[in-house]
Amino acid sequence: MSQTNRLSSGGLIDRRKPLSFQYNGKQYQGYEGDTLASALLANGVDIIGRSFKYSRPRGIVAAGAEEPNAVMQIGASEATQIPNVRATQQALYEGLVSSATNGWPNVDFDVMSYVGKIGGKMMPPGFYYKTFMWPQTMWPTYEKYIRKAAGLGRSSTMKDPDQYDTLNHHCDVMIVGAGPTGLAAARAAAATGARVIIADEQEMFGGSLLSSRELINGKPAIDWVRTVVDELSANPDVVMLPRSTVNGYHDHNFVTIHERRADHIGDRAPVGMTRQRMHRVRAHWVVLATGAQERPLVFAHNDVPGVMLASAVTTYIERFGVVPGNELVLMTSNDDAYLTALSWASTGRKVVAVVDSRAKADGDLVKQVIDKGIRVIFGSAVYDVDGGTRVKAARISGLTADGKKLTGKSETLSCDTIASSGGWSPVVHLSCHTGSRPVWDDNIIGFVPGETQQKQLIAGGIRGHYDLLDCLTEGMNCGYVAAERSGYGPVGKRPEYKVARIRRSPAMPLFLVPHLKPISQAPKQFVDLQNDVTSAGIELATREGFESIEHVKRYTAMGFGTDQGKLGNINGMAITAQVLGKSIAETGTTVFRPNYTPITFGAIAGRNCGELFDAKRYSAMQPWHEENGALFEDVGQWKRPWYFPKSGETMQQSLNREVLAVRNSVGILDASTLGKIDIQGKDAREFLARVYTNAWAKLGVGKCRYGLMCKEDGMVFDDGVTSCLAENHFLMTTTTGGAARVLEWLELYHQTEWPELEVYMTSVTDHWATMTISGPNSRKLLAQLTDDIDLDKDTFKFMDWRPGTVAGVPARVFRISFTGELSYEINVSANHGLQVWKKLMEVGKQYDITPYGTETMHVLRAEKGFIIVGQDTDSTLTPYDLGMGWAVAPTKPFSFIGKRGMAREDAVKPNRKQLVGLMAKKPDVVIPEGSQAVANPNQPIPMTMLGHITSSYYSATLGRSIAMGLIRGGLDRMGETVYYPQADGSVIEAEICSPVFYDPKGDRQNV
Amino acid sequence: MSEVLEPKKASAAGTVASAEPVYALMDQRPADMSNAESPLSRFRWQVSSSGKNVGVVARELALLGHFILRGNVANADFVKGAAEVLGVELPGTLKSNAKGNLVVRWLAPDEWLITVPGEQAFAIESNLRKRLTGHYSLVNVSGGQTLLVLSGADAVNVLRKSCHYDVHDRNFPVGKVVGTTFAKAQCVIRRAGQQEWELVIRRSFADYLAAWIQDAAQEYGFAVK
Amino acid sequence: MLHIFCPHCGEYREEEEFRCKGQAHIARPLDPEACSDEEWGHFMFFRQNTRGQHRELWVHSTGCRKHFNVIRNTVTYEIEKVYLVGTKPETEGAAS
Repeated sequence: MSQTNRLSSGGLIDRRKPLSFQYNGKQYQGYEGDTLASALLANGVDIIGRSFKYSRPRGIVAAGAEEPNAVMQIGASEATQIPNVRATQQALYEGLVSSATNGWPNVDFDVMSYVGKIGGKMMPPGFYYKTFMWPQTMWPTYEKYIRKAAGLGRSSTMKDPDQYDTLNHHCDVMIVGAGPTGLAAARAAAATGARVIIADEQEMFGGSLLSSRELINGKPAIDWVRTVVDELSANPDVVMLPRSTVNGYHDHNFVTIHERRADHIGDRAPVGMTRQRMHRVRAHWVVLATGAQERPLVFAHNDVPGVMLASAVTTYIERFGVVPGNELVLMTSNDDAYLTALSWASTGRKVVAVVDSRAKADGDLVKQVIDKGIRVIFGSAVYDVDGGTRVKAARISGLTADGKKLTGKSETLSCDTIASSGGWSPVVHLSCHTGSRPVWDDNIIGFVPGETQQKQLIAGGIRGHYDLLDCLTEGMNCGYVAAERSGYGPVGKRPEYKVARIRRSPAMPLFLVPHLKPISQAPKQFVDLQNDVTSAGIELATREGFESIEHVKRYTAMGFGTDQGKLGNINGMAITAQVLGKSIAETGTTVFRPNYTPITFGAIAGRNCGELFDAKRYSAMQPWHEENGALFEDVGQWKRPWYFPKSGETMQQSLNREVLAVRNSVGILDASTLGKIDIQGKDAREFLARVYTNAWAKLGVGKCRYGLMCKEDGMVFDDGVTSCLAENHFLMTTTTGGAARVLEWLELYHQTEWPELEVYMTSVTDHWATMTISGPNSRKLLAQLTDDIDLDKDTFKFMDWRPGTVAGVPARVFRISFTGELSYEINVSANHGLQVWKKLMEVGKQYDITPYGTETMHVLRAEKGFIIVGQDTDSTLTPYDLGMGWAVAPTKPFSFIGKRGMAREDAVKPNRKQLVGLMAKKPDVVIPEGSQAVANPNQPIPMTMLGHITSSYYSATLGRSIAMGLIRGGLDRMGETVYYPQADGSVIEAEICSPVFYDPKGDRQNV
Repeated sequence: MSEVLEPKKASAAGTVASAEPVYALMDQRPADMSNAESPLSRFRWQVSSSGKNVGVVARELALLGHFILRGNVANADFVKGAAEVLGVELPGTLKSNAKGNLVVRWLAPDEWLITVPGEQAFAIESNLRKRLTGHYSLVNVSGGQTLLVLSGADAVNVLRKSCHYDVHDRNFPVGKVVGTTFAKAQCVIRRAGQQEWELVIRRSFADYLAAWIQDAAQEYGFAVK
Repeated sequence: MLHIFCPHCGEYREEEEFRCKGQAHIARPLDPEACSDEEWGHFMFFRQNTRGQHRELWVHSTGCRKHFNVIRNTVTYEIEKVYLVGTKPETEGAAS
């Protein structure tokens, strides 16, 4: 197809570089420098989608981020699909594949449009709420077809082949927007030596200057842009980010920028380059030079393809060399839009008329248009449009001075394009992200940023100042001020800008052009094109009592689309105000929140995905575990061996083998992940006494002791063994998951409550590799690997530790046990962990040494009734509830943490849930963990629940199942029967017993 | 959660603290170091194909002696004693002092990290124990961490992808030490030279951080020494 | 993402380096045994939900691991003051 709307010259496109692309299955051509939108317009593509609710044909309206209709599905393959891309922001590249998001089966023939045509009345606002809510069971069916018909973009079902990443920045001055204001600000700030970042969402810097015919210092504006860009590029302290949308402005001048690094290059990013990058910027000062977006006027059938924003038409002509039609009617309430008529006329195509709502206007641009002989009709407005898939004519009529009523005779102007302008809306979105509310300004007929806590300056269009000289001057001043407040400058000589001022006559506040019929009966007057919200819908909302602007928004869905109502919201607020008889200032705005435009999930995730999603922590023995077929369990960030299956074994078979090896010979466990804290200082002992529930005063050097830690409420939150290394030196162990939490907890108390205690805590979790050999043969094994530790059972007793050498490596050996067997925990510097482990395996072969993992450890400790904090406890259990009153020393002189809490009335009341053992009556039945206990399984639901199972395993040692669990008053209910109803209707019967299932006297660990 | 304004006197736990505290001291380094494994000794680095520009070079300074020293700078004898043994002053806030292969980094107002050649570790530890007075703590953490040096023109960009600390010359001069969040882990960074950044990496996070760093470095060209 | 001045490191750091430990100046009663259940309950569980200036305890988790206090405005999120544990500067309007 030929580019029927492309001019033979002009614009910033490169006609020597044609690009072919695909839209809805057809091939087209555009040029380098095009956006997808400009290329489609060049090719005369009128319909680029169907509307969300009524499925009306829609065309391109805007040229920037505010575009509501041209929302595309991009991607040449399934894996590279990107939904909801605005064609106006997608640079054209060779081979681009795009399709319309809406429209089924296609945009030119659309099933849903008949629904829309048959009855606008059938689909009032709240239609979906009202219609599809009943019967509820049918919702999945409705939803399927609604989604298919409406179309909301489609995510790929495959893994994205591209990568996304994040870059952190700090700067003195962050400038948002690289139009005249932003560039002048950047130039000024950079000249002071300040660190500057300037970002702009467009493909190139320049903003409005890219489609301007104004002169700066006597030269075309684009020349000035190029000069400034070159100047900034040469400065190493300036970061320039084109095609980068500042999407969020967060507290304390934290700014997030979404850069599309490769979206303009191809379907996939080049090798070695991420597709998109999220920049996270902390700025001393932020200059918002975001400019303004043009506001369309609302009139009947204003959604017919061919109705566009006036400034967008100018942009397509001046920047892309595309005239999106042949015969133009321009509808305006201000002077600026006259530029569109001048641009259009300059292409040789026909300007049918300029329809100006004002009774008169005599600004410079108006005069230029009149001088060209173009018909200007004052005091009139376009109130309706003829045409279905393309504008055929504009219906105009006289308008009263207040813009509330039509007067005089109607006239029909034949045309194919209607450009409309209701003035400018400053882009205040970012200024609102940290909670500041914008303020209505009658002078500029728009909202401007309100007061803020941020170190923020605003300049140019965002303030409603649109004159180019004002923009340059304000931008420059803000650049200097921001730099100075960041500690740079002042500079001696400031650049001077000479720009001819354009005299403008006052604009008229006009939002909704009245129709011959009242709002509720007029043809559809679209406010929010993406969500098909009409003025009648807004009126209906207020009639039904939704008067707050936030309620109107939710009731009508105005601004809920992917364009977030950039085009329609202000008009919607104005119309709400009008029908309520209030001012716009009184009606107020809805809240703008991040992100300014939609962001891909990839950019949000960055490299925190796949293998790098989270930190994975490994012990020094990890290589051995991997080589020997361990399966791994996540414990916090740690990867711990879960069990070591041999070929052909089921999980249970592996566990049985590992359990029996420990009970009968010797097993080995990697316990390196336990938290370890080195505690030194003359008050170390006192400190321990305050944070543990038990006594520490008399723990001698060479001895170890188990301790429970509670919070102030008396509930257990960690446990572990602490050893006395020297009189003022201890080694504390914590649970694997609790290590960091416990250390921070200890520091908290030391720093804030007891700074007078002379004690220092240092984490040594990673320093020590810890391997536990457990089982009756562990002593024999250890004896073969050490010649300087006396292992005699009477000198190196249970709960003792000794320094020495193991396998030639200096070690601390702790005789402590979590299995109930004779056990030694060997600690060596982790640099030597693997070598010592290997040696233990090698020498242990004669005892058939068996590596075991966390699951086996859990079975072994459950056989002994040892708790696991976090599995058997849940922050609601005191040591007494756990049957561990023996670990509490209430007579200690200092009121240790938890003592007062566990004495509270509620903590000592009878019938609290307590930890007990449970044996299923059928020994081969393992009660599922989490099962709820009841006294009477025949009680009607809801049954009275007594507690639940916390740990449950098959014990190979005992040849039967065992379980631990909570039961109300359980410690006094030994021997009683409780029932565990299951989801499948069956009931498991179990007897309450001691949780110590094996070797209750502890003989085996004391041998 | 809790806090008091006036420090209280400790109530006795029933023990009498000795005049000079007593600590356990142990040479944790075997005579035979041939089987020692540093945290990154087994990491399978993926470097850029040869011929490509190299913007980032990683080098592990393996098997050094690492010690955490804690003490009170108000104790003049502690400060003096540490300087005597180490040969350099304890550095002030966010600073480091180096003498040959011995580097002392400030970690907190009462905490420093000392790294020394592995074979000198025990001698220095012993000498500190002999010389230091008052309330202090000295902990050998040699097995628990390692140093990874990133150098090259783009090393700074790897840092910018990994942590949100300001690594610009004006904020991070050579010699400065900063503890910060690095990817999803913690890291102490010292600027050892204009294009040289030394990271203190905890052993258990070493694989994750190495994988993260080499991923971040790929686009600049990555090599390992 | 707050930007927080760590009084121990002497410079501003990103929020991700810190953790908030809740309301500051919750003194642990000197004699817990003398507290009634109600008093102990207040110490443990009762906190202010201030609109405006709020004194908070923060810890520089991935930095120096030191705790310190801030006065943060819960409406504007501005941090108006940072001060050491063991001190309590008077500030106009600050809740105690």
